[in-house]
Amino acid sequence: MTPHMAGKQSLTSDVLALDEAAEIERIAAWMRDVVPSSLRRRGVVVAMSGGIDSSCCAALAVRAFGPSRVFGLLLPERDSSAPSTALGRELVAHLGIAHAEINLTTALDALGAYRDRDAAMARAIPGYGEGWRSKIVLTGSLEGGINHFRLVAHSPDGAAHDVRLGTREYLEIVAATNHKQRLRKAMEYHYADRLHYAVIGTPNRLEYDQGFFVKNGDGAADLKPIAHLYKTQVYALARAMGLPESLCTTTPTTDTYSLAQGQDEFYFALPYAQMDLALWSHENSRSAADLAAGLHRTETQAQAIYTDIEAKRRVAQYLHATALTLR
Amino acid sequence: MSSSKALVRQFLSDHFLLDAEAQRYADSDSFMARHLLDSMGFMELVAFLEEQFGIQVEDGEIVPANLDSLDAIDAFVTRKRSA
Repeated sequence: MTPHMAGKQSLTSDVLALDEAAEIERIAAWMRDVVPSSLRRRGVVVAMSGGIDSSCCAALAVRAFGPSRVFGLLLPERDSSAPSTALGRELVAHLGIAHAEINLTTALDALGAYRDRDAAMARAIPGYGEGWRSKIVLTGSLEGGINHFRLVAHSPDGAAHDVRLGTREYLEIVAATNHKQRLRKAMEYHYADRLHYAVIGTPNRLEYDQGFFVKNGDGAADLKPIAHLYKTQVYALARAMGLPESLCTTTPTTDTYSLAQGQDEFYFALPYAQMDLALWSHENSRSAADLAAGLHRTETQAQAIYTDIEAKRRVAQYLHATALTLR
Repeated sequence: MSSSKALVRQFLSDHFLLDAEAQRYADSDSFMARHLLDSMGFMELVAFLEEQFGIQVEDGEIVPANLDSLDAIDAFVTRKRSA
């Protein structure tokens, strides 16, 4: 499909179809070109979370350079889910690449990441502390409201709490948990320095476009090989490269908070397959009515999705921006 | 201009470092359409309204019809305070 033909198609996942083999080769050829020529490095480091994006990037890197020039990092911490780490190990073995596994809990503890986060959460939910599990949930815009964040927590005795977060608490929780992404990136560059390798960033198109990353954390990298691909397409490439089925069937999570948290709960208004279609539809200037029909939602909801996409893009401008300088 | 509008206008001006151009908005102008407030800005606005006017803003009340202009806020605050 070519973009100028897009307007003639009805809005289904078919609009995201691509020639997987050709795209894999195109990305691999690009990496083989830019890593030695533009970046002047001789291999790549990729941190693997056990999610589909980093798995796909690691596999693409192996396609580009072979396993001997790809170094994998597994960087779990206290709140990482055990299945995610296991999937990362499975992929390292599948790809046959050298790797290191470093648990970041002690370092994050020393930085006060857990302490500061829990202190802010305890202000929102008195009594919050050791043994509780929690996550942040985004709500509002699809119901015609204004986006706001809620703290959902389970106490050790199993009681559920759900409160609206004030700005100060929200910012302090996010600042504390952002230590995780920034420390991971510090480790990636540490190994890149040791090996004279480049660092791969693993955002997909949804994350890159909508600003779902931490500035100078997972947003930092030397090359981002799948930032042009919708999440649906990342899954398609992963399957085409023969990645383990366990990886290709995982539900995307943030793997940042101690309660299981879908990416659609934290940042995107919709599950990824629908979000892909919404972003594609917006990119291809489809009407809200077209999107509504494609997603089986009302036109008002579809318009709210477009408004949300545009609002997040404005926020993402800061995240993408490099330091300003005077001329 | 009613006192709630003046107080909110002053809050927005002080709190969000609005420049002279950004401060030229009418009482009926949509904060969203003019990109004056993002979702975090609205949450700060809600906290300000609760503290300043002694009201409790319920989750279901965080909607554009109540908060997206000085006119809307003035009507909302008046309604809440008389309830």
